[in-house]
Amino acid sequence: MTVSLTPQGEQHRPSLQPTGWLRYFSFSVDHKVIGLQYLVCGFLFYLIGGALAGAIRTELVSPMSDFMPRDVYNQVLTLHGTVMIFLWIVPVVNGAFGNYLIPFYVGARDMAFPRLNAVAFWLIPPAGLLLISSYFITGAAQSGWTAYPPLSTTTAASGQVIWILSVLLLGGSSIFGGINFIATVLKLRRPGLKLMQLPMYCWAMLGTSILVVLSTPVLAGTLILLSFDIVAHTGFFNPGLGGNVVVYQHLFWFYSHPAVYIMVLPAFGLVSEILPVHCRKPLFGYATMVYSIMAIVVLGLVVWAHHMFTSGTPPWMRLFFTIATAFIAVPTGIKFFNWLATLWGGRIALNSAVLFSCGFIINFVLGGITGVALAQVPFDVHVHDTYFVVAHFHYIVYGGTVFVIFASIYHWYPKVTGRMLNETLGRLHFLLTFIGFNLCFAPQHWLGLNGMPRRVAEYDPQFAFINQLSSAGALLMAISTLPFLWNVVDSAFRGEIAGDNPWNALTPEWLTSSPPPVENWEGEAPLVHEPYGYGVPIDQIDLAAASGSDLWSSGK
Amino acid sequence: MTSLKPSSTDVASSATDHAHQDHRMFGVATFLVADAMTFAGFFAAYLTFHAVNPLQPDAIYELELPLPILNTVLLLVSSATFHKAGQNLRKGANQVCRQWLMLTAVLGLAFLVSQMVEYFTLPFGLTDNLFASTFYALTGFHGLHVTLGALMILIVWWQCRTPAGRVTSENQFPLEAVELYWHFVDGIWVVLFLILYLI
Repeated sequence: MTVSLTPQGEQHRPSLQPTGWLRYFSFSVDHKVIGLQYLVCGFLFYLIGGALAGAIRTELVSPMSDFMPRDVYNQVLTLHGTVMIFLWIVPVVNGAFGNYLIPFYVGARDMAFPRLNAVAFWLIPPAGLLLISSYFITGAAQSGWTAYPPLSTTTAASGQVIWILSVLLLGGSSIFGGINFIATVLKLRRPGLKLMQLPMYCWAMLGTSILVVLSTPVLAGTLILLSFDIVAHTGFFNPGLGGNVVVYQHLFWFYSHPAVYIMVLPAFGLVSEILPVHCRKPLFGYATMVYSIMAIVVLGLVVWAHHMFTSGTPPWMRLFFTIATAFIAVPTGIKFFNWLATLWGGRIALNSAVLFSCGFIINFVLGGITGVALAQVPFDVHVHDTYFVVAHFHYIVYGGTVFVIFASIYHWYPKVTGRMLNETLGRLHFLLTFIGFNLCFAPQHWLGLNGMPRRVAEYDPQFAFINQLSSAGALLMAISTLPFLWNVVDSAFRGEIAGDNPWNALTPEWLTSSPPPVENWEGEAPLVHEPYGYGVPIDQIDLAAASGSDLWSSGK
Repeated sequence: MTSLKPSSTDVASSATDHAHQDHRMFGVATFLVADAMTFAGFFAAYLTFHAVNPLQPDAIYELELPLPILNTVLLLVSSATFHKAGQNLRKGANQVCRQWLMLTAVLGLAFLVSQMVEYFTLPFGLTDNLFASTFYALTGFHGLHVTLGALMILIVWWQCRTPAGRVTSENQFPLEAVELYWHFVDGIWVVLFLILYLI
């Protein structure tokens, strides 16, 4: 057809690659197939993690532990945290959208290391099954997703060891993915495409992958030491044998604080892609967005001990980590105001993708404000290990990242399937999720401020009403999944045909057919200098030209 | 071992329209940065234990230095011999390259044997005290790296047995990747030797 699809090009195609629906169950090396594998696999684990959250909220409807025994409650909260973080948010917001979009954005036909990419994905299902099966075999781990010793060394060993194995596999998958993203963004760019011309999601994934490569191995090493303590009875983290528990906390949070940015930076990138398209305006402050991502990467590596203000941390350390943490509010605030300025004066199409993006902005700024509050030692000492922390965390990872995941699904579904999603169902989904989410987690701030500790199945009866309110919100969130599920399944078969570029977007993934062909473009990859060159009437945009630079200059 | 596949069938090299650039060494280097961070975590833990959790006076044991110094020399020499192997491969002298590779592998295995000798002569076991646990965890994790490296050297040695084999002067990637890894493992040993035996 065109020059690049000569028979010689066909020779490089790996053999034995299924082409029908079966490829989604195969060791496919196509980045789009792998992206969808991540997305669907992650969503299945989201349903499991959601069911576990439902069990937690059901238990907390009454002050007594009458729905399940206390040790089962511990297992459920551990599995909920681990599944949601390591099997839903990290794989989806990095692996799914990263694999689908990054090759398009850099103008490549695949990731830098396609086979490593497939290996990284196929580590996830067995790790997830291993984790969940531990509940049915010997009882799952009970020490929460943080696995702090002595909790993790004194509860049942088998569940904890399976948990460690599973997290090591998932960490390996994450590192392989990170190496791939760094190599793709830095090395696989189309000639002529400069770094500062890349869509913002590339920068977000570059920053995230740097964090993944630098911090995940430390978690792996720590968990290996922890497994020695459990299996071989060494005393690394056992004061009774001369060890030191706090060292575990330092090493754990050296990964797990950056992990929060690993979960939320890609969401920043995705929302920066969605807003300009639907507001018909360039992304406000591109360069400041890039620098603030990189500032968050650097600062994110030196704030970990703000999780440990009650762990006997010496005063100089408290001071340093308070100040460093407060600094993060600066780049994050820059991004927040840039999104507002992108919306400002735009011709906003208030569809489901934008609604979820705006929901993200609202929830995220609330979570950010409580985050700055938690960075202050006097306040943190008061609410440490209470429901205030639970509320803050869920405002960031659910109100922030999961809202963006839904916004992204509404935005890119037409590209992936070639069909539009139902807008009415989408708005219903947003309304239920937004109300349910805030009803579930806003009251938990009050619970925490009044001293209700987290991770307990029983609580003071005076907190019963607020907990019931929170549980009602959780029920609403569970119900909100139904219109979404119906929408994505039904629209795949009966949705309106989308066409190549239903949003009249300028980023490269829209400048090909929907769904895209195996090597992304028939013919040469487009060179997009101005991915956000909006601002002229839609009928005047020459999409075939595929370059926004002239539009940028003629824009109103 | 996916990284050891020749580039002729590698999709990575045909993933873009433009030149068939090979980014695999970049990937290997990034992986080694990650691996270095694993060691950095262990080192940080060891140094913190060292500073904050001193041993009981009767548990303190002066480590003997001759054997670890021999180990250091073995590894440093093996880095040089690997370098010679790479030089010869680039010249197309496969057989000379293989001799240097075999010498490198033997030096690596000698390191492992010497490490085992040290283990068996030490008066403490894994669970005796915090220093003992950290000592065995650190040297054991490094020894695992040396073991994998020696195995990979032997694989490359096998792969370049004929001039038309998988590792040739045209396709040096497997050798270069293992060489970078081997230098990395040697460098880690030097740091480990400094903080474990000398501090």
